[in-house]
Amino acid sequence: MSEARPGVTELFVRFTQVGASGFGGVMPWARRMLVEERRWLTDEEFSEMLSLCQVLPGPNIVNMAVCVGTRFRGARGALAAFLGLLSAPFAIILVLGALFTQYGELPAISAAFRGISAAAAGLIVAMGLKMAASRRLRSPMAVFAIAAFVGVALVRLPLGAFLLIAAPASVAAAAWRRR
Amino acid sequence: MSDTLVQLAVDFSLLSLITVGGVITVLPEMHRSVVDVHGWMSGAEFAQLFALAQAAPGPNILVVSLIGWKVAGLAGAVVATAAVCAPSSLLTYAVSRVWQRFRGARWREVVEDGLVPVTVGLMLAGGYLITLAADHSVVAFAVTAATAAVVLATRIHPLWLLGAGGLLGLAGWV
Repeated sequence: MSEARPGVTELFVRFTQVGASGFGGVMPWARRMLVEERRWLTDEEFSEMLSLCQVLPGPNIVNMAVCVGTRFRGARGALAAFLGLLSAPFAIILVLGALFTQYGELPAISAAFRGISAAAAGLIVAMGLKMAASRRLRSPMAVFAIAAFVGVALVRLPLGAFLLIAAPASVAAAAWRRR
Repeated sequence: MSDTLVQLAVDFSLLSLITVGGVITVLPEMHRSVVDVHGWMSGAEFAQLFALAQAAPGPNILVVSLIGWKVAGLAGAVVATAAVCAPSSLLTYAVSRVWQRFRGARWREVVEDGLVPVTVGLMLAGGYLITLAADHSVVAFAVTAATAAVVLATRIHPLWLLGAGGLLGLAGWV
C-alpha cells in the first residue's frame, strides 16, 4: 500500500474531477487519478478493487468510488467520493437536458461528439491493455481473461450470466493452483 | 412524496440491485418500466435521453437523472439518481468493510487471483465493444487506435486527445 492517505475533502475534490472529465467512460479517468497521478493505489490494488466492484451489483464506477472512499476514510470517505463522482455530472446532465429540449440536436455538436467518442474508446482500450500487464495474467490463469474477452466481446454472452459462471470457475481454479 | 416519485424510487432501487457492470445491462428493464409499464415517455424520447447521457461527462447511469427530471422535475432527478445508486452503494460499502478486514488472508488472495483475470478480460471486451459502437468510419478507427497508442506511450493528458478527436469530428472527418 502506498503511504499517501487522502482526507475526506481530497476524496471529494478528486472524484469530482474524475466525474467531470469522464467523457465516454469514467473508469480510465479513475484509474489515471488513482494509480498514475495520486498513487493512492498500485496497479494491482486497482485491479483487485475493480474485480470486487465488478461482481457486486451497481455501476462499477460508483462502486469503485465507494470502495476507495471506504478504504481511506470509512463511511465519510465513501460518501465524499460518491457525492464527488456524481454531483458535477448530475448538474451538467440536467443543464444539457434543458438545452436539448429547448434547441434540439445541433449538427455541429453531434459531429464533434463522433470524434470525442472515437478517442474515448481509445482510452478504454488503453486501460484494458495496461491492466493486462497484471502479474496475475503471467500464469495459466490468463486463460480466464481470454475466455472473458471471447465470451463477452465475440460471442456476446450477457455479462451477468457470464459472470455467474466464470467468476466461480476462475476462483475455483485459483484455489486449486494454490492448494 | 407524490405517487410518481414513489414509483420512481421503487422501480429504480430494484434496478440498482440487478445492475452488473454498468447501465447497459439494465437498459432493457429500464425501458420496460419507463416506456411500457408507466408510459412516462415514448421509446424515441428514451433513446434520446440515453444518447444525451452518453454524450455528457460522468457515469452513463445518470440517464436515470434525466428520466427522473423529465417525469417529475428536479425532485424526480434527485429521487431517481439516489434510488439507482444508493442500494448498490450501501451493499458495496458493507462488503468493502468486510473485505478490508481480510487483507492478506489466504482466501481473499485466492478470490483475487481468480477474479482479476476475468475483470481484465471484461475491460478488454468493453474496449472492443465500445470501439465497435462508437466508430463508423476508417478515420474513427484510426482516432481510437492513435488515442490508445498515445496513452500507452506517453504521459500526455487525455483531455488533449479527446479535444483532438472533437476537432477532427467538427471538421467532418470522423
